[in-house]
Amino acid sequence: MTHPTDRVRRHGRRSSPTRAGARTPAGRPPRRGLTALRLLLVALFTAGLAALVPGAALAADDASEQISGTMRTSVSGPIEGIEVVVTTPDGDEVGTDETDENGRFVVDLPGPGQYTVTVPEDSLPEGVEFSSGNSRTVTVDANRNQGVIIGLDDGSGGAGGGNTRWVQLLVDGFRFGLLIAMAAVGLSLIFGTTGLTNFAHGELVTIGAIVAWFINVEGGVPLIPAALLAMVIGAGVGLLNERLLWRPLRRRGTGLVAALVISIGLSLLLRYAYQIFFGGGSEAYADYRGQRAVSYGAFTLTNKALASIIIALVVLVLVALMLQKTKIGKAMRAVADNRDLAASSGIDVNRVILVVWMMGGALAALGGVLLGLSDEVQWDMGFRLLLLMFAGVTLGGLGTAYGALVGSLVVGVFVQMSTLVIPNDVKYVGGLLLLIIILMVRPQGILGSRVRVG
Amino acid sequence: MGEFIDAVAIAVKAGIGFQAVFLALLAIGINMQFGYAGLLNFGQIAFALLGAYGIAISVSQWGLDFWVGVLIGLVAAVVLALLLGLPTLRLRADYLAIATIAAAEGLRLLFRSVSATPVTNGSRGISGFNRQFVELAPWDTGRRYSLLGTFWSGADLWVAAVGWTLVALASLLVWGLVRSPWGRVVKSIREDEDAVRALGKNVYVYKMQALVLGGIFGALGGMIYAVGTGSTTPDQYQNANTFLAYAALILGGAARVLGPVVGAMLMYFIIQFADSGLRSLIENGVIPAGLLSTTDVAQIRFVIIGLGLILLLVFRPQGIFGDRREVMLDAR
Repeated sequence: MTHPTDRVRRHGRRSSPTRAGARTPAGRPPRRGLTALRLLLVALFTAGLAALVPGAALAADDASEQISGTMRTSVSGPIEGIEVVVTTPDGDEVGTDETDENGRFVVDLPGPGQYTVTVPEDSLPEGVEFSSGNSRTVTVDANRNQGVIIGLDDGSGGAGGGNTRWVQLLVDGFRFGLLIAMAAVGLSLIFGTTGLTNFAHGELVTIGAIVAWFINVEGGVPLIPAALLAMVIGAGVGLLNERLLWRPLRRRGTGLVAALVISIGLSLLLRYAYQIFFGGGSEAYADYRGQRAVSYGAFTLTNKALASIIIALVVLVLVALMLQKTKIGKAMRAVADNRDLAASSGIDVNRVILVVWMMGGALAALGGVLLGLSDEVQWDMGFRLLLLMFAGVTLGGLGTAYGALVGSLVVGVFVQMSTLVIPNDVKYVGGLLLLIIILMVRPQGILGSRVRVG
Repeated sequence: MGEFIDAVAIAVKAGIGFQAVFLALLAIGINMQFGYAGLLNFGQIAFALLGAYGIAISVSQWGLDFWVGVLIGLVAAVVLALLLGLPTLRLRADYLAIATIAAAEGLRLLFRSVSATPVTNGSRGISGFNRQFVELAPWDTGRRYSLLGTFWSGADLWVAAVGWTLVALASLLVWGLVRSPWGRVVKSIREDEDAVRALGKNVYVYKMQALVLGGIFGALGGMIYAVGTGSTTPDQYQNANTFLAYAALILGGAARVLGPVVGAMLMYFIIQFADSGLRSLIENGVIPAGLLSTTDVAQIRFVIIGLGLILLLVFRPQGIFGDRREVMLDAR
């Protein structure tokens, strides 16, 4: 497969005549005020959206601040006698507690602020490990009992007996990979169609999870309609992203590096706005809590994990069918492959990009909901996923839709399977190392073509 | 009014304290890489982390001399730059960006992981390694000193003084380098890599040198921060700091020798001023507690940085001192 060289030129030279049409010749003055207004609208919208999500400022009965939580796994149930240490960010100890027979611990705090909750490695019973590190840093508001969840893993992840660890990890990795893939398809298509490396894509994932959490927990709506609503809102956020920010920026000829730094600014802005309004802790959805794992012979899965796999598979197959069969899907692939050729053959490139953004937003939101279902909702969940998305997209080949699918699956499985060799809390490091190795060996990825990486 | 003056005084202190030195050194490094060579290093904080832990681990864990620790930190930063640069510098700019951001996050996770605890003491971090450095101060570090209406401990003053000396030396070095033939090649790589290659220059080597040099500045920044705070934990080196440094650089003006320095001072001034200003507004009830609480203020700074980055790049990509023609960068 060969690509016309103008593809590279479009990324390479700012003096490229092929983009000149998208730029007002004499600079930008007429647009300046309008863009400012649009930016303000973006900010207002995000603020408004975030304001819908109060930081769960309930439980104001206690006169002081507390940190509490429950230690349990799906197999053993609550675990008694685990030591919990609460420290300030400077490392001064505030208090300790041991979990009671219900696995609960409560530590009184001197006041609001940031605290780190740590469980000493050796206080866990035999066969139980931390699923992602042995400490959490939380921000405690005044008069609030802040829940802290430290994920535990009992090795098998299931009902014991009969399951093989590597098969279990393979299945878990497959599930995780599907989630990454769902979020990454949008990232890859946005890159393919606009050249933008969107560092704010993780925030689209988070907003899906947070919106669904708010509708589900605060609004009392069952999770499935809440997830659908979250997808609609995710598509809306994608649309706003394109219409209010990126399209005007493309029109005034902002360079790709500037656009990339702007996306980082947007990511910071949104991420910390989420933290302000959602809080630093992690929250679970109201539905499908505490499911027991069901055994399938060599591996076990909770029903919600199985449902996530099925939903993700169905959605991804639908996306693939759309890309392959429908007119808009073909147009997307055409624009991603060669934007100028697509435009000259009569495709409305701006409309295609808009659809890509909406689709990317909706898929990322759904990915966020499913991730929140398995790992709970957190303000920075999307950002942490972003690096694995990049790993997946790079592995598959930046800018290709199917590459993002394949690459993300490989990364998900790799990250989970790597815990066979390396400790659980550094498994993401393994994924990031994989990324660097891919860049060394085959930078264009599995399905990418050489000219893209110039 | 008194509160306003207090807020300004605190902000001025922040603008000349060792935290601003830290930011300035990070930004000088990024200026070398991004401003002059056009390299997108989004993991500058990883170099700072290695610098800080180079000292901390050597002195507190291995019992080595402080200056050996400094050397180890610098060597570690050079090695990281080489490791990151080798695979990515031949590719387009965003590949280096992705690899560096991944390395920064990965290193932080690695340093705070349970398995690294014997060396790095995990998320609790290491302290008690800066005594040898503080003892070098020519004045009594136990006393408090008054400066511009603010009070400083002798140790803080010493760290800041050494830090600003380092910043001055680094700026001088950058000033000399970018006026040398080497600097002209690096700047032309930023403008048109193919043209430089056509002139027979080894673009890859020049880019690598810029990356290593910037990484060394980053490591020095991390060291100043570590000896300033007297302790080091992995979570002090969140990658948001890299973007804080980018914001400072762009505010001051990229590809200008003093851009990062002025940008870093201003940035810390603005952040601290917004911080203490917001706090007093909330405490006085001007901002209702339901809208914002004092614990949210720490996050507001990142919201401000994010918004500031967007607005700067959209409306004034050259910052205060920059030249617009020099910073209209495009990916390559």
